[in-house]
Amino acid sequence: MNWKLAFGIAITHLVTKKKQSVVAMLGVLFGISMFIVMISFMTGVNQFLEDMAMDNTPHIRIYNPVEVKDEKIISKAGTGNNSWYVVFHQRPKNDLAKIKNGLLIADKIEKMPEVRGVAPMVSSQVFFNNGPVQIPANISGIDVKKQDALFGLSGKMDDGSLDDLLKGSDDVILGKGLAQKAGVHVGDRVNVTTPEGYNITLKVVGIFSFGIVSLDDSKSYATLATVQKILQRDPSYITDINIKLNDMNKATEIKSELKAQMPGVYLEDWQEANASILAGEKIRNIMTGVVSFTLLLVAGFGIYNIMNMNIVNKMKDIAILKATGFQGNDITAIFLLESLVIGVAGGLLGLLLGFLFSYLLSITPFPAGTFFRISTFPVNFLPQHYILGVLFGFITTLFAGYFPALKASKIDPVIIIRG
Amino acid sequence: METVLKASNIVKYFNEPEPFQVLKNVSFEVGKGEFLSVVGKSGCGKSTLLYILSTMDTDFTGDLEIKGERLNGWKQNALAGFRNMHLGFVFQFHYLLPEFSALKNVMLPALKLGKYSEEEIEHRAIEKLKLVEMDEYSHKLSSKLSGGQQQRVAIARALINDPDIIMGDEPTGNLDKSNSQRVFDIFKQLARENHQTIITVTHDKDFAAGSDRIVEMQDGQIIRA
Repeated sequence: MNWKLAFGIAITHLVTKKKQSVVAMLGVLFGISMFIVMISFMTGVNQFLEDMAMDNTPHIRIYNPVEVKDEKIISKAGTGNNSWYVVFHQRPKNDLAKIKNGLLIADKIEKMPEVRGVAPMVSSQVFFNNGPVQIPANISGIDVKKQDALFGLSGKMDDGSLDDLLKGSDDVILGKGLAQKAGVHVGDRVNVTTPEGYNITLKVVGIFSFGIVSLDDSKSYATLATVQKILQRDPSYITDINIKLNDMNKATEIKSELKAQMPGVYLEDWQEANASILAGEKIRNIMTGVVSFTLLLVAGFGIYNIMNMNIVNKMKDIAILKATGFQGNDITAIFLLESLVIGVAGGLLGLLLGFLFSYLLSITPFPAGTFFRISTFPVNFLPQHYILGVLFGFITTLFAGYFPALKASKIDPVIIIRG
Repeated sequence: METVLKASNIVKYFNEPEPFQVLKNVSFEVGKGEFLSVVGKSGCGKSTLLYILSTMDTDFTGDLEIKGERLNGWKQNALAGFRNMHLGFVFQFHYLLPEFSALKNVMLPALKLGKYSEEEIEHRAIEKLKLVEMDEYSHKLSSKLSGGQQQRVAIARALINDPDIIMGDEPTGNLDKSNSQRVFDIFKQLARENHQTIITVTHDKDFAAGSDRIVEMQDGQIIRA
């Protein structure tokens, strides 16, 4: 087959029917550009939500859950036939929260090659007192340097400084919402009560916000030593070990490895902790797929219709070409090339327009309110989306052009020429 | 005289709207360099016969031999290749491709054949256009030409691959007296000088009278050969 000749004829057809060609191309152009914008924005949102959640979520968390053991203690009472069973319900023990040898375990895990860092933590429920009102909250004793390295805490500070925690004892930083409820600012003192009834006054040295209301309303951080002191525990008392990995997708694998080494503790990976976010992401991905597919399908039908019409208009020409010796596959090649030229040109321009729209969206201010740490719409710019866009455009037009082209190749010249 | 085309016992039915026998055992031979006219009343089957001879209509029974090749049972694509190489067509309604220039229209069958380089083909196409005195219009869009001019370009197109047989379906049917005469002269010249065989279906009595041989048809049969 002579592709060069077929291409020459195809281009002549397209150029002489400029308006029709442009309309067909616009269909592909809009389809692909909307696809790019959609997928860039959707994955941008997913990325943003994931980052926001993952910033505060360890890849693997080790802790001792407060759980009631399922087996019951049963004792037999009485003797002989005159006997009965007594069932006692177990109650959780008070010291369950402690991870035995916590600091040692943390050191050991930190030496594993897959691990980026480990941050030990002491966590407890406390009450912040604002006059007579008690505000329930959570205080975490952290290794400030390690916590900052893993969770970027210093980047979340609205006021004051994270490093001030290290400068003295009895210092605390509060979540934005919590500080508001407790009515304190940086430099103020705040009274804290533990569940055991111990009372202490801490100095507020900083205010942070994660952009997640539930956290900002309830979380506060102090040094490990400070929280251990509040809880009246020894310096080896650790309730959580937070682990970040070099590759977060290996979490499940490493979790089971650790599980085998430490049967006594409970491990949770980020997938379990963020099941709802992951489900949301999945749904958004499906939605993006469906909308993109529909856009391309509509563009494809546009091309199909125009090519069909084109072939009906060109019946006589096709008959002439066949009479003068052009074969069925030459005719198929001509019309297939026409739709491919439309598809590739529309696709490439679509990428350009899609990039432009995505860029405009990415610099559009986003009214997220004060809590979100975001000022413009989150948009991703990933080369694979653009490659996918062109590929989709190409395949759609190939299909949309193929059937009319096949029809054209089957036209019987005699019927047309006889009239 | 060397036989170029031989048709024997050609039978053709139309099934629509009702079964009807168009050609009843048509047999005849055409020699090399012969200028043949097929005449007859409308509906006598002469155009149908021409399309069977042209290899475009394969739905018939009987034998068709062109240049010693028996063409029965050939595939469409093979027949298209055969037409490209050995047959040239001129139709009543000139049927040039309107988007292309006169020159390009003439060149297309040769580009398809791919026997010569593009420069060579262009040169040959201009030669053919000169033969029909259309070379000065070669770069004009074919849709901008007059009917007589288009018909002459169509003849140049039919000649481009130096076919053995040139077939015409009422080639002058749509033309005035002077243009008809011109087309006739060109055909006559081709038969005389190039020894190319001309088979035309025509209603034009003067045109037929000037040709070497007249085949008259009536009701699907040849009544005078």
